[in-house]
Amino acid sequence: MPTVSLRFSALPSHVRTARLVAAAVARRSGLDETLLDEVRLAVGEACSRAVELHRRHNPHEPVLVELTDSPGRFAVAVTDAGGTDGPPDVDALDELRDSLKPAVDSAGEPDGDIPVGLPAGMGLAVISGLVEDVTVVPQRSGLTIEMGWPLSAV
Amino acid sequence: MDLSLSTRTEGDRTVVEVGGEIDVYTAPKLREQLVELVQDGKYHLIVDMEKVDFLDSTGLGVLVGGLKRVRAHDGSLRLVCTQERILKIFRITGLTKVFPIHASVSEAAAAVD
Repeated sequence: MPTVSLRFSALPSHVRTARLVAAAVARRSGLDETLLDEVRLAVGEACSRAVELHRRHNPHEPVLVELTDSPGRFAVAVTDAGGTDGPPDVDALDELRDSLKPAVDSAGEPDGDIPVGLPAGMGLAVISGLVEDVTVVPQRSGLTIEMGWPLSAV
Repeated sequence: MDLSLSTRTEGDRTVVEVGGEIDVYTAPKLREQLVELVQDGKYHLIVDMEKVDFLDSTGLGVLVGGLKRVRAHDGSLRLVCTQERILKIFRITGLTKVFPIHASVSEAAAAVD
């Protein structure tokens, strides 16, 4: 059973709350202070991704964040119900690296509507570049992103 | 903490000082500010991020959008950032190769485009 569970409506304003709660529980679990920024960023990316998907596909379903403090490991699971269309694009980061620089260098007229975010899948790509212990588990109506950090023995 | 934005002119550059957290909730405000500056003909921007506490990929997306807009007018967008926790996400995403990142506003303002 998770130590703390958080269920929030899929609104961008609540992502900050999720980051704050995750960092507070991580600190309370004894996670090294130097890893707290990593937890904040990874949880923020996972929740932003979930919120974006829910807003498009399932706006009335909440996003679930489970924080578990077990011996030796602090774990975070973020579960969305944002649909199951296609596998997560974890290669987005490589594609972005390949495409971005020439695209920026040769930019002609600005796009009429440059999206606020980077390409879909970018959040997952950042998480995989940031966190070593990460697993993506397909669910019936979305994905669970499970992330873990080692807790040093006191 | 919310996002704070202020702008000032330094020579032929416009400095946008950003403070607080840039995330999925606040990034649209930064986007609006950058779009407005470009519409006003300010094509050489310095985004000072020294007071930014948090930046995620949504914020990066806005900065990339800003860079595309100024480049379309032969402009420039330089960043000022020395905070390791913010620089980390630029490195993870490979964007350190896309944005010129400086240690101070004066260094950025002195840079030749």
